[in-house]
Amino acid sequence: MSEHFDILVVGAGPAGIAAAVSASASGKRVGLVDDNPAPGGQIWRSGASLGAGARKWLARLDATPALRLQGWRVFGHPEHGTLRAECNQDCRDLRFGQLILATGARERFLPFPGWTLPNVMGAGALDAMVRGGLHIAGKRVVVAGTGPLLLAVAAHLSRRGAKIVAICEQARLRRFVPFAAHLLKEPAKLLQAAAYSVATRGSRFYTGCWPVAATGNEKLESVTLQRDGKSWDVGCDYLACGFHLVPNLELAVLLGCRIEDGFVATDDLQRTSSAHVFCAGEPTVIGGVDLALLEGQIAGLAAAGSKAEAKKLAQRRRRHLGFVRALKDASALDPQLRKLATEATLVCRCEDVSFSALREHACWRDAKLQTRCGMGPCQGRICGAATEFLFGWSSALAESNVRPPVFPAMVSSLGIPHEYTSPDDSLTPAANSIGNTKETP
Amino acid sequence: MPEQARSLVLKVNGVPVTVASGTTVAVAILMTGAPTRRSVTGEPRGPLCGMGICFECRATIDGIPHLRACQINCAQGMEVLTS
Repeated sequence: MSEHFDILVVGAGPAGIAAAVSASASGKRVGLVDDNPAPGGQIWRSGASLGAGARKWLARLDATPALRLQGWRVFGHPEHGTLRAECNQDCRDLRFGQLILATGARERFLPFPGWTLPNVMGAGALDAMVRGGLHIAGKRVVVAGTGPLLLAVAAHLSRRGAKIVAICEQARLRRFVPFAAHLLKEPAKLLQAAAYSVATRGSRFYTGCWPVAATGNEKLESVTLQRDGKSWDVGCDYLACGFHLVPNLELAVLLGCRIEDGFVATDDLQRTSSAHVFCAGEPTVIGGVDLALLEGQIAGLAAAGSKAEAKKLAQRRRRHLGFVRALKDASALDPQLRKLATEATLVCRCEDVSFSALREHACWRDAKLQTRCGMGPCQGRICGAATEFLFGWSSALAESNVRPPVFPAMVSSLGIPHEYTSPDDSLTPAANSIGNTKETP
Repeated sequence: MPEQARSLVLKVNGVPVTVASGTTVAVAILMTGAPTRRSVTGEPRGPLCGMGICFECRATIDGIPHLRACQINCAQGMEVLTS
């Protein structure tokens, strides 16, 4: 018996959870597919240290009959109304009437000498590692890059006992003034900002500052920071480094959704230009949890046919967008950051392609063909965002550059897989079940 | 949390590693001090994105190659091989 979801949600972060919860209220058959072991996305990882808001939404999800497919990664769109997903060595087709994309965002990394050393990682990545069991107590951490994520990560790591040696925000102080003014109009956000400043007390917070080199033998030992032309070295165990977020657009592009200014274009009801496809959360705008939750609810309600309710929430969404604009302005990347990469600095980490090898090329496609940049397993997800900033190339995010499979998949998965059959729980491997999946019939 | 307190043992490149339940395989590899992989020019690499995007943490887990260690939790008796 084949499974057909009235509404299928891709991504179980805040937007996807809100979409699944809101859509389930209609009584329609809802599926939620996600590539992590547990729902929550990047921001709501690890049940132990979650806030009340996250716990409430996860409990609401638990209370729905929505079928959850954790550990499954969608990589293809073999035919109209069908997505294809893989889990370990299993592959299934998931059919849908309405689709809600809540694929989230990833961090933007900028190449600088030494950024490929072990223990140099994303700001959100180090946070995820700590939530995934990494002992950070007593470790020296430099947090660098841009945006409010830096402070959130520093605060969390500090609470876990890390010594935050420095927080380096690339934006200038004057850019923060309009942003701070906007915070004053947003009590909830203000409270959050205050909490960060308390938790990170004792750390050095620099603006207009960034790492110019990471050094170490086999792994990170020291970071060179630079501010106003002056540079100095600091010893550290981890460098958590993220230059804002870029949306995960690949699946939306594969499904033919129109992209505007680097984001999925949607109407007031989160409908994309592609029929029966909705989009919610960071792929439509980098706006944080509150906005993602609103968009998820709107998409879930609209996909289930509750348009009047969805429209009410759409009004609240418009109010949030003001904060988002302020944030975008405050985090605009300093053009000097384009000089961080030296001739020998690797830009593409999958294929080890250097800055000097790329510089002479006219566009992303040319560079790919000549150097293999962006042709490794990440498919340009890391170097694409970097070259977009370094060279102005429209890259992996451009429509013409997305082809199936949008993630590496087994050759056998490209044929005709099984359709998901119900009911059983073989699609929801418990966190620890990977060793058993070979025996799954 | 009782769930967190439970510990389990897996092997990373043949070396037993004890971790708390809920620990990701990427963290278990970091605990051994080994790089998660060598790049095509021989550089040591570790996890970068922590969210299944960059593939720097890919490892062979219980015989299945190219799995993203940051998105898989450790299990008792698991065998992990890095390249």
